[in-house]
Amino acid sequence: MNFKMIGRFFVLILSIEAAFMLPALGISIADGTHAATKGFLYTLAIMLALILCLGMYSRRAKKSFFAKEGLFCVGLSWILMSVVGCLPFYLSGEIPSYVDALFEMVSGFTTTGASIVPNVEALSRSILYWRSFSHWLGGMGVLVFVLAVIPVSGKNEGFTMHLLRAESPGPNVGKLVPKMRQTAAVLYLTYIGLTVINFLFLLAGDMPVFDSICTAFGTAGTGGFGVKADSMESYSPYLQNVTTVFMLLFGINFSCYYLLLLRHFRAVLGDEELRLYLGLVLASIALISVNIYHIYQSTGDSIRHAAFQVSSIITTTGFSTADFDLWPSLSKGILLVLMAIGACAGSTGGGFKCARVLLCLKSARRNLRQVLRPNRVEVIRVNREPVAEKVIANTNAYLAIYVGLLALSFLVVSFDGFSVTTNFSAVMACFNNIGPGLEAVGPSCNFSLYSGFSKGILIFDMLAGRLEIFPILVLFSPGTWKKN
Amino acid sequence: MKIMIAGYGQVGEMLVRELSEEGHDLTLLDDNPAVLEAGMERYDVIALQGNCASMQALKSANIEQFDLLIACTGSDELNMLCCMTAHALNNGIHTIARIRDPEYTEQAYTMRDAFGLSFLFNPEQQAAEEISRLLKLPGFFKRDSFAKGRVEIVELRIEPKSKLCEVPLSTLYSIVKCRVLVCSVVRDGTAYTPDGRFILKEGDRVFVTAPTDNLAQLLKNLDIVTRKNHRVLIAGGGTVAYYLAQILRRSSMQITVIESNHDRCLELAADFPDANVIFGDARSQSLLESEGIDNTDALVSLTGLDELNMMISLYGKTRSVPQIITRMEYLDEFGITAQLPLGSLICPRKLCCNNIVRYVRALQNQSGAALTVHSIADGHAEAMEFEIDEHTLHCGEPLKKLSLRKNVLLVTITHGHEIVIPNGDSTFRVGDTVVVVAGGDTPIHQFNDVFARQRTVGYEF
Repeated sequence: MNFKMIGRFFVLILSIEAAFMLPALGISIADGTHAATKGFLYTLAIMLALILCLGMYSRRAKKSFFAKEGLFCVGLSWILMSVVGCLPFYLSGEIPSYVDALFEMVSGFTTTGASIVPNVEALSRSILYWRSFSHWLGGMGVLVFVLAVIPVSGKNEGFTMHLLRAESPGPNVGKLVPKMRQTAAVLYLTYIGLTVINFLFLLAGDMPVFDSICTAFGTAGTGGFGVKADSMESYSPYLQNVTTVFMLLFGINFSCYYLLLLRHFRAVLGDEELRLYLGLVLASIALISVNIYHIYQSTGDSIRHAAFQVSSIITTTGFSTADFDLWPSLSKGILLVLMAIGACAGSTGGGFKCARVLLCLKSARRNLRQVLRPNRVEVIRVNREPVAEKVIANTNAYLAIYVGLLALSFLVVSFDGFSVTTNFSAVMACFNNIGPGLEAVGPSCNFSLYSGFSKGILIFDMLAGRLEIFPILVLFSPGTWKKN
Repeated sequence: MKIMIAGYGQVGEMLVRELSEEGHDLTLLDDNPAVLEAGMERYDVIALQGNCASMQALKSANIEQFDLLIACTGSDELNMLCCMTAHALNNGIHTIARIRDPEYTEQAYTMRDAFGLSFLFNPEQQAAEEISRLLKLPGFFKRDSFAKGRVEIVELRIEPKSKLCEVPLSTLYSIVKCRVLVCSVVRDGTAYTPDGRFILKEGDRVFVTAPTDNLAQLLKNLDIVTRKNHRVLIAGGGTVAYYLAQILRRSSMQITVIESNHDRCLELAADFPDANVIFGDARSQSLLESEGIDNTDALVSLTGLDELNMMISLYGKTRSVPQIITRMEYLDEFGITAQLPLGSLICPRKLCCNNIVRYVRALQNQSGAALTVHSIADGHAEAMEFEIDEHTLHCGEPLKKLSLRKNVLLVTITHGHEIVIPNGDSTFRVGDTVVVVAGGDTPIHQFNDVFARQRTVGYEF
């Protein structure tokens, strides 16, 4: 393992994180919230010291960098970012326990949106800003940002592929254009563009500027931290509808937007994953609207609430306009299934990803056919392109590990003694980076009731879910920690 | 520039390495997903799977947006068809194809418009030309020519009893008595850009710039070799041997080719009645002896196997063959071959790669691009030839007043018919050609890059 080279990346990541912390510091100085200012200043000082130490350590790094280093670097950098990024919460005293602060930060960077804060409105604005901004940065990934802004030169430059693969979600990550830097820049420019449009739409609906910024960050990263205790419930129907649409947009594979820019409309319309995603959304909205009609007694309201909750859950955002824990079982069941499916690959959303669902369904269908006609040869195709057997095998393996880790976390969290629904939905909500679960962790409640140990498990789940398991699992393999 | 490389084999890999260092946008097209995966892992490129000669694959790769296509699959026919198809889809594209079969070379050149070809390369033929130049002046291990063949950079090795042992470079002229310049020295695997105080030692590999006319005198004054090659023994009768026989037919050298495939022997014997074509296995010691390895002036190992070439050449060394040339396709990447007594190493694909890089540089930047590029000192340095035009900075200023970048040397200035080995008072003017040797990793794209200046360097990984 080439620790020095990884140290170089950490220097960059910490520098970028520190730079992005400056606006939050500015807000806290402008608001005159001294505790928060102190928290940010101390954190920045600690970061500077870390940058200097790592910079000294990583001088004269060897350039060997392979798949192992890529996974390790991504996994460890997310932990480092969270461990340092949560310091303002803790040092300002606004979240008194360090584990809680870490939970909040990991929840932010992994775009989960699960909170341990009992009353969000009591937090100072700078802390709220940093919390929401962490969604935005975590949504597309900080290493992708590094790849977009830092010119990477030198031999063996293909290693950037390992970083993109490890940090971007989906079974089959590829480049859009030949140069990694341009690929990363295209992704981030699309991301920034959509975020700004979202922000303008929110402003047009008379949302306060600060709320618009934070909500746009939460929507773009499909995170779900709000600035109000009731999430989106008290905003106007217009603002809720705008958020519904943008959550859905951020759950779509970003390469679709690139193809749209290139005017390849047919390729986008024919995309099987996109069709599955939109089909699931429409079908769920229809079913839930009918199912909850007796609560709201109005077609418009039922559809609005159903649409908001469905897009919030399938894109793994986690905003809410209604306490869906009070809805009938069928609606809750649909939402729980959507939690597991998640958004499209290559989007900012989490979950198992529609692309994998598609592959698993197709390979299951093939296996069933082969039971009946054992000698039948069949190639699985997605978007009319044959899919390599290796990708299918990886997807099936991913499904096995995904289910295994879910089950294990569920068992461990059950030690705390809450109801089965609470525990299961809490693990689902964290692993799939959604946020609110059902019953005691429902939209109107929070995660503060769990013990420190369970919070640790949930932190692990959030990171494993965002980075698609392998970069985090690699950290637990003793072989990776050996020096070369 | 947007470049598509069709066929990611050995030549393709080397091209990707060279061209990605120059910062081009590279797309690989090959029908084998496994090699593409390896390419993506190693270089910052995008890889597409498909048959490079099919219109469908080229269309879905957006061939109309590319500036250049390099077809280097293993098959000549496929390369030609690939270029033809691409040219039909994109009229403005430049195409480069590898054509290696002697039966096609002529027609590919005369029919280049019909095939839509802008440039052809033939690694085997180029290797044969390089070998023939080495055979004509034994004593040099490598020869790279500039200024239309009037200036060369040659590689010498300092043998134990050489006149150059323990000689500081400032006194070089008193020994060689002609205008030459040492531009790079490789000692124990490290390349040095020497100055006047540098002292040569036994075992050094010295790269010397000299006008071509002075080379014979240089050899004579160094007491290296004064004889000419008369008998050449070639092990392996592949394509390189075919081209070499074709070139040497016009010389006075008598060649003997040992080839283990009988049909191939018949072909060679039919095309080259003057050559001795021997059917047999070059691995056999008795065959090498009966074919006169003890009397031959030069041994050229050209079989398809690097390992076998190494063994034959090492055996030739123990039999004291004066000049040895070894074809080395892959194994020189380990870096140990330079220390073995294998004589001159010839890598066909490396030779043609230099040509293609030069072509691409010329396309990219019509004025100020290098006319010729050669990689010397095991790739630690690059020798480039530039033409001075009105955009060149510092024209007419004496060199001692200029500050050049580190590890950059101006080695010759050609002014009309006059070739100058520059000193501090030399100047260059519009119309001159200048040969520059640059060490280090930063490539020099145009002549103005040799001058020292403030540069912003990216975060180097």
